[in-house]
Amino acid sequence: MSLLTVKDLTLGYNSGSIIENLSFTVNEGDYLSIVGENGSGKTTLMKSLLHLQKPLGGEIIVSNDLKANEIGYLPQQTVLQKDFPATVKEIVLSGCQSHMGYRPFYGKKEKALARENMELMGILDLEKRCYKQLSGGQQQRVLLARALCATRKLLLLDEPVAGLDPKVTIEMYETIKSLNEKGITIIMISHDIAAALEYSSHILHIGKTIFFGTKKDYLCSKEGQSFTGKEKIYA
Amino acid sequence: MLDKIFFYLQYPFVRYAIIVGVLISLSSSLLGVTLVLKRFSYIGDGLSHVAFGAMAVATVLKLSDKMLLILPVTVICAVLLLKTGQNAKVKGDAAIAMLSVGSLAFGYLLMNIFSTSSNLTGDVCSTLFGSTSILTLTLNEVILCAVLSVVVMGIFIFMYNKILAVTFDETFAKATGVSADFYNTITAVMIAVIIVLAMNLVGSLLISALVIFPALSAMNVFKSFFKVTIASSILSVICAFVGIMISILAGTPVGSTIVAADVFVFLLSFAMGKKK
Ligand SMILES: Nc1ncnc2c1ncn2[C@@H]1O[C@H](COP(=O)(O)OP(=O)(O)O)[C@@H](O)[C@H]1O
Ligand SMILES: [Mg+2]
Repeated sequence: MSLLTVKDLTLGYNSGSIIENLSFTVNEGDYLSIVGENGSGKTTLMKSLLHLQKPLGGEIIVSNDLKANEIGYLPQQTVLQKDFPATVKEIVLSGCQSHMGYRPFYGKKEKALARENMELMGILDLEKRCYKQLSGGQQQRVLLARALCATRKLLLLDEPVAGLDPKVTIEMYETIKSLNEKGITIIMISHDIAAALEYSSHILHIGKTIFFGTKKDYLCSKEGQSFTGKEKIYA
Repeated sequence: MLDKIFFYLQYPFVRYAIIVGVLISLSSSLLGVTLVLKRFSYIGDGLSHVAFGAMAVATVLKLSDKMLLILPVTVICAVLLLKTGQNAKVKGDAAIAMLSVGSLAFGYLLMNIFSTSSNLTGDVCSTLFGSTSILTLTLNEVILCAVLSVVVMGIFIFMYNKILAVTFDETFAKATGVSADFYNTITAVMIAVIIVLAMNLVGSLLISALVIFPALSAMNVFKSFFKVTIASSILSVICAFVGIMISILAGTPVGSTIVAADVFVFLLSFAMGKKK
């Protein structure tokens, strides 16, 4: 069943459009990797999917099963957060805001949900620690647990492994994979084409030309060949 | 010395000053934490100058209740500044600098041209640095101040979890359906109210100190948002109380004494934080 359908989407800022005529569909349980060079508009696309930004044209159709607040999001990290005085528990709990409405204080249900997600991400023992003193990988797990408090349906991840060392990167990919196996739909922006090919079911390539399709089709397409070929030269 | 303190506490004007001082320092320090974390401290500074300009206009117009003009003008500016701050096109910091320096200049100009007072420099100085005015508060002013700061504190407590969510990550909050703009606007309005109230206490040039120092001190030592919030309010209240007492006993200006206490606590906390 399709969760998200994007039709003829045009994205951009006042200065002009970045992406034109983009169409793709995400079904329940899919693992979609969005790849493309820096500045090609991946983050912009993700913000549009989150309704943080108005598209210049086209439409984003969201399935009836998916309410606006049922999307979990792992943003590209900002400088602001790095020195924020808050404990892991406080940050994970803040993910529950999506279903709090105007209710001011967290109840038993939210506390249990936060605990469950911290356990799932293996950070329960860090609960009382200060976020800014954690390692990069631990911080990403905290933000993932927060996203899981917001939803168990669809996760949007913007470069979740940026800045992590190779071992932690693999752990992160495995964690995301296990979430996908639990039935959570994943849309992930990635620079790491090899990992995208290994873990995801679908690929969306944004660049001068656009490709959308399954992993197999991507490998045969000209976008796939040029991009994977280039990666090999760099590596 | 205790005798002396109790002796002074018998006077209503001293009690009023302490009540107002404690309430204002409490509410300003609560909001200070989110302002500092959002890198919005300069908004407090800009608004205090706006409040000064509005005060000058109110004085020239000979309004009997100056608050009626100062409060709305400052609140409107707060909301506008917040909006321009988010708009990448208009440089937020430049807008604030323009507004604040502009209001300061116009305020002084107006007071200079129209003032009938024989002691103009003294008047201006006391609005800027809050001389003895806190010791001449009337009961009505104390009640207004108490009501407004209790309202601000109440709203803060009820919005505490939302403020944490929005301050930590506005994009995530918006993406998951939290109306971040609404909470930002409420925060801006509360800041404006606090700044106008604090003008009586420390004068308009020293208000930002009241807002940012306790928050920065608390952040030097504590690592959870809750503890930082609590510590910042406790430190702020202690500094205000001690500052007022010292200024009464030693005859120093109230505002600068309170701010000096805040700076002293900040240095202490800095040393403590370094040691850890
Ligand atoms: N707020 C903005 N206003 C104007 N242009 C922007 C804004 N954010 C990003 N851009 C531009 O849009 C393009 C795509 O950016 P982005 O979506 O962040 O790319 P990616 O995530 O693929 O690296 C870039 O050229 C960038 O300069
Ligand atoms: Mg990006």
